[in-house]
Amino acid sequence: MALLSKKDSRLILDPLADNNPITIQVLGICSALAITAELKASIVMALSVVFVLGLGNVVISLMRNIIPSKIRIIVQLVVVATLVIIVDQVLKAFAYELSKTLSVFIGLIITNCIIMGRFEAFALANGPWKSFLDGIGNSAGYGLILVIIGFFRELLGSGTLLGIKVLGDPIEKTGLYAIGYENNGFMLLSPMALIVVGIIIWVQRSRNKALIEEN
Amino acid sequence: MSLKSNLHNLKERYKGKKMAPAFNALHTFLYTPNETTHSGGHVRAVDDLKRTMNTVIMALVPVLIFGIFNAGYQHYAAVDAANGVIRQASLFGNFITWENFLMGAWTVLPLVIVSYVVGLVVEFIFAVIKGHEVEEGYLVTGMLVPLIVPIDTPLWMLAVAVVFGVVIGKEVFGGTGMNILNPALTIRAFLFFAYPTWMSGDKVWVHQAVEKAGGPDAISGETILGFLAQGRGSEMSYSISDMFFGFIPGSVGETSTLLILLGGLFLIFTKIASWRIMVSAVAGALVMGLIFNGATELGWIAETSKFYGLMSFEFWKHLLVGGLAFGIVYMATDPVTGSQTDKGKWIYGFFIGFISVMIRVFNPAYPEGVFLAILLMNVFAPTIDHYVVRANVNKRMKRLQASKDLAGGAHGKAKELKAETV
Repeated sequence: MALLSKKDSRLILDPLADNNPITIQVLGICSALAITAELKASIVMALSVVFVLGLGNVVISLMRNIIPSKIRIIVQLVVVATLVIIVDQVLKAFAYELSKTLSVFIGLIITNCIIMGRFEAFALANGPWKSFLDGIGNSAGYGLILVIIGFFRELLGSGTLLGIKVLGDPIEKTGLYAIGYENNGFMLLSPMALIVVGIIIWVQRSRNKALIEEN
Repeated sequence: MSLKSNLHNLKERYKGKKMAPAFNALHTFLYTPNETTHSGGHVRAVDDLKRTMNTVIMALVPVLIFGIFNAGYQHYAAVDAANGVIRQASLFGNFITWENFLMGAWTVLPLVIVSYVVGLVVEFIFAVIKGHEVEEGYLVTGMLVPLIVPIDTPLWMLAVAVVFGVVIGKEVFGGTGMNILNPALTIRAFLFFAYPTWMSGDKVWVHQAVEKAGGPDAISGETILGFLAQGRGSEMSYSISDMFFGFIPGSVGETSTLLILLGGLFLIFTKIASWRIMVSAVAGALVMGLIFNGATELGWIAETSKFYGLMSFEFWKHLLVGGLAFGIVYMATDPVTGSQTDKGKWIYGFFIGFISVMIRVFNPAYPEGVFLAILLMNVFAPTIDHYVVRANVNKRMKRLQASKDLAGGAHGKAKELKAETV
């Protein structure tokens, strides 16, 4: 017997590819541009969003029948703000340097469109198990793109991966740098992150023609 | 069998196959094809896209040849200067010489070749994938690119930038004629942001200055704008005629204002480029220069200010130094990315000149802003056109309304309307 029913596994797998929150719904772009200059920051950001959205979806789903619909946005904000503060405090306690790199962007998870979007579109209408899977799926789809962008930006922009000098030392001229290679400073700037997102969307849509809109 | 019929046969053989566009491009690049149009209305004209592009390239050839000589001249002048000998430029004395030509050709021609080969390979690949004919747009871009980069730009950087510029600047929008940004300037901007150390400073404008840096025979050559931005304007030994004829350090093809001016006149005469854009861009640069000159004369800017050097630079000299003249004549007038309406061209050009000089003065990292100004106005060109067209539509609607009122016989109102719409 499979661990998840077919319908449930779609909840997780769809947002990873054909219904990706960043490349298809074009949500959550701001943080994808802001904190992806390093792979490590991307991974931490991705994990934070997995935590916030996974848990937040469950909480909202459990409360869905008692939240008055007129004030539901406020309730959602309280839930997401609580979870974000937990993440922020944990990072400050155990990974202070990293939390300084991410600066306000952890706090800005509150305004990440994906989170409010999933609360509104899914958690308010589905049970907790389904909502949990949906939250994990969507935040994983978001995180996947973040990690891809972070990988290319750090590799081409700084010549490192997770801080390890994989292409050689640019100052002592070893590895690739010995033959004249240089880091691409443009990769560290946000406009290039937008172009990388664009290229990912391009690659995805040319592999799956069904995603191309008619116009 | 002649080459022409060979090519024609090759094309016939590949008709309908995947590689057909590549062979078609080779055939029509060299010869007029045998086919004639069979149906539908069509215009016979000589100024097709290929002819237009070739005219611009003809206007660029003198600049390229001057750039080759200047590359050699600047190298030997910097070597002399390092030995304490200050050179006085003279055209036939020490400028047009074999050693200058050989040194220049050895450094400039690889840039041209890399630019064309990489760019055309990308164009061919896209033509084959998309199944359309290879477009001629890259012919001019490929010639502009080597002229707007510093002489010692590493070839692999140029290749990376060309791939980026052609794919992201042009092909993703749908190819030649559909691009928003000028591809050559996109390539320049990519190089500038990606590899800033190779694009500015006093080492990159003279051949071999980077390799020799720090050694006993170190040479350098700062651009005029570079001197001014650092407040070292008095150390410069360049006369106004040096600036006008182009015996100064700078990107490969941008130095000779005289040849650019002749190229510009040639483009205006052949009706390829818009004189409105050129005139208004010059006017914009002069106005901004005058504003800065006025500000320094009124004493608003202290002499110790880091902006003083560039702000007090006489306004008309801005046209002679840096890439402003080159940008105005060859880049701002790009018919694809510029404004299309006559009124729009005046506004578009004016702001290019105006913003170029403004960025020159206020950009702390890099004392030149022509390419940034043109890219910025490229983005605004459709907006300018939109409002020019709307204004015209509104004017004509009002005129229509006035004539209706007149015919309707409401005398008082008709007079009133007529007065304001004449």
